[in-house]
Amino acid sequence: MTISLDQPSHSSALVEVKGLTVTVNARRPYDIVRGVGLSLAAGEVLGIVGESGSGKTTTALALLGFARPGTVISGSVRIAGTEMVTASEADRRRARGSLVAYVPQDPSSSLNPALRIGAQLDEVLAWRRRDRRQVDKTRVTELLQKVKLPTTREFLRRYPHQLSGGQLQRICIAMAMLKRPRLIVFDEPTTGLDVTTQGHVLETIKELVGPEGAAAVYVTHDLAVVGSIAGRLGVMYSGLLVEEAPTPTVLCHSAHPYSKRLVLATPSVTRRRELHGIAGTPLNPRDRHAGCPFAARCEFAEERCWQVGPQVVEVSEGHRSRCLRAIEVQASQAAASLSGRPGWEEKVATTSPVLTLAGVYASYGSHTVINEVDISVGDGECLALVGESGSGKTTLARCISGIHPDGVEGYLGFDGRALEWPAKKRPREALREIQYIFQNPYASLNPRRTIGHLLMQPLETFGIGAGYAERRTRVAQLLQRVALPAEYENRYPSQLSGGERQRVAIARALAAQPRLMVCDEITSSLDVSIQASVLELLGKLRREENLTMLFITHNLGLVRAIADQVVILQGGRIVEKGPASSILDGPAEQYTFELLANTPVLAGPVGAGE
Amino acid sequence: MTVATGALVAPTTKAQARWNQMLLVRSFHYTRTRTGLALVVLVAAVAVFGPWLAPHNPFAFVGAPFSPASATAPLGTDTLGRDLLSRFLDGGRTILVISLLGTVLGVGSGTIVGLAAGYSLRAVDEVLMRFVDMLLAFPGIVLALLLITVTGPNLAVLVGVIGLTFMPLTARVARAAAIQERESDYVKYAEATGRSLWAILTKEILPNITAPLTVEFGVRLTRAIGLMAALDYLGLGVQPPTADWGVMIQENQPGLTFEPLTVLLPVAAIVVVTIGINLVTDGIGHAAAGADRKVGD
Repeated sequence: MTISLDQPSHSSALVEVKGLTVTVNARRPYDIVRGVGLSLAAGEVLGIVGESGSGKTTTALALLGFARPGTVISGSVRIAGTEMVTASEADRRRARGSLVAYVPQDPSSSLNPALRIGAQLDEVLAWRRRDRRQVDKTRVTELLQKVKLPTTREFLRRYPHQLSGGQLQRICIAMAMLKRPRLIVFDEPTTGLDVTTQGHVLETIKELVGPEGAAAVYVTHDLAVVGSIAGRLGVMYSGLLVEEAPTPTVLCHSAHPYSKRLVLATPSVTRRRELHGIAGTPLNPRDRHAGCPFAARCEFAEERCWQVGPQVVEVSEGHRSRCLRAIEVQASQAAASLSGRPGWEEKVATTSPVLTLAGVYASYGSHTVINEVDISVGDGECLALVGESGSGKTTLARCISGIHPDGVEGYLGFDGRALEWPAKKRPREALREIQYIFQNPYASLNPRRTIGHLLMQPLETFGIGAGYAERRTRVAQLLQRVALPAEYENRYPSQLSGGERQRVAIARALAAQPRLMVCDEITSSLDVSIQASVLELLGKLRREENLTMLFITHNLGLVRAIADQVVILQGGRIVEKGPASSILDGPAEQYTFELLANTPVLAGPVGAGE
Repeated sequence: MTVATGALVAPTTKAQARWNQMLLVRSFHYTRTRTGLALVVLVAAVAVFGPWLAPHNPFAFVGAPFSPASATAPLGTDTLGRDLLSRFLDGGRTILVISLLGTVLGVGSGTIVGLAAGYSLRAVDEVLMRFVDMLLAFPGIVLALLLITVTGPNLAVLVGVIGLTFMPLTARVARAAAIQERESDYVKYAEATGRSLWAILTKEILPNITAPLTVEFGVRLTRAIGLMAALDYLGLGVQPPTADWGVMIQENQPGLTFEPLTVLLPVAAIVVVTIGINLVTDGIGHAAAGADRKVGD
């Protein structure tokens, strides 16, 4: 990456990024983004994919010439001939908004809650209040129409809290485009949105970017989302751009082991296939060594990978990979090296159902959130409970485990016996047999307890194992079963990564020797590679223990990968239920159809284990 | 089962101890904690070892009232002609011990009330907190005056008065912290596995609110010392002729203009210990905030 920065760009590219590096000013400085080079033509959308800590947001901000406090940018970002990195602060400020614009991840926290929408839009065009009267309202109106929002005076007089998440994100997009910037940076703009809303926002972005003649960079962790919107993809790992190619190439003919594994870890809504996680954890840029940062997790790694930092290799026209063995990686059949690992088999129970819900109602105060729900789950089946936010899926799961705090009515039956509500009225045996795993592993483990104690607690509560010594042995076995090192027994939750914490939570549920596991979006806070390995683990455990599972999720791709039965919830009512494959392939209800239509499809990868 | 449970207590307490230890170790990175601790140790040493070092009996008359420093009385004499140094060295124990015991009582009972109210909410919470509000309606010193006037001043009553004054304040802090924790998933998990109320309160919630409670203890301790000095000054605390810093301020007031040391010496001791405790509390508070941030993300 020794490109002279003084030379003018000869290409016709609108945006030219060379050797972009962001360094943390510590006692021992280290690069959180290193040597990123990109170029974009007008009308092009480039996706940047990476997991948490890969430096994708830092890169996105650096494109605006913005460095978070304590970091320094070097290299070159040239947008339509203007250099952002070396420009003065005043020039950079002028460039932001008019030359390059940014759409943040969370619109509700990036709009001022005390200002009306209209005022915030006008503010982009005229910073001073007295100039605002002369603002060209036609541009505002035009953009609001383009993002499919009302243009009425009444709408413009609303405050951000009076708008939905999707509307807010559209406002942010409109704001970003008001001054016709040449580059728009989208930083995970749909992460917090429901799938239907996400679909609409993605549609809006697709329709807007091209005709405006701007280039766009779309940063995300979700391959399926970026696949549906970007023509080219850049994959980031540990602060490095490890691969850059047209989207179909990355998805089907990747020449970097990380991209290859990332595709295999991403669930697809169209086809049931094995999900393969990536073992280990991403390398923190602080601990970077001379070799390839992915070496520790890479099945292609050789001796030299640890010693030589790989340079960018041009695999083919417009396809660059930062791997010493790029050609071999591309030629290899990833599926071959991963076969022979069975995962989630489809199962249809023939015996009577283990869990039965009949006419269940649940409420928060006077507000009914669950309305006449009937569900039955067969022995050893995996039932996916699917719904958007506010559909009552978590409430329903909490009714089953008895921790919903307010009124629950109707019949809840487990293994032929009625389940009381709340949990403290249930016999110990029922509490043991139904185990609930929480969405957020950062909150479900008592931060003041070591992992050993957390795992010891259910053993103690349910009287499993005779005596302290035997329970200690069991704790060690549990750690082993969820693939955590034995020495984690003495660690605190804060010393573990998110994926490791969720493994501890799974181990804690397993400790009780349950028959039914209620998993409440247990992978939604995890990166895809970690999600896939957690699911791999659950699939294995489920097979070994004949566990019945209730899996709550909003991700239809996951449903495809693991579920036997599906229940679609909307506004606390069941919209549709039945075998997973038949519902996903041929939904009977309009709502299910829309959900499926709006779910981004991961195009093309040759799945393993088909 | 009982035997096994007994065996399990050991590691639990050990883990908890390790956390607390970590908090103290972390707080020691701050200069303020070290300075504060030095000040507290200095004053505490005077109070503990002082009586043995005193050159005279604190009740013995060694010269004329308010006489200046001399060979017999190195710092002069007090309002009745007793040795000022001896009385100063002897006068720290009562005020500090009563304050400490009162604070332990107040913060301890407040924690129990606050935890119970915060976790149970609804009926129990209403009853407990209205009682707490009733106590809070009295200005602290008025409540103290009332009780002491009724019962007469003795050490147990003083400890009780400080405890009762502080209980409602601590209860509010503990309740607020407990409410936050009871909503957390790990408490929900404990409920879903049918842990006992006692285990949830003491093993799940209490360890997670030690940081605000530690800070609360420090703040209350300094207030207790101030309250004791005020009661002594009003003649409702420790009774003369006992040598006590609070009492000394009151009885030596007539000599403030011409023998100021008789008043300023006990005042200085109270000021130094108060600043010291505040600095330590501050350091622990900072360390706890830092530690919790680390836990949070």
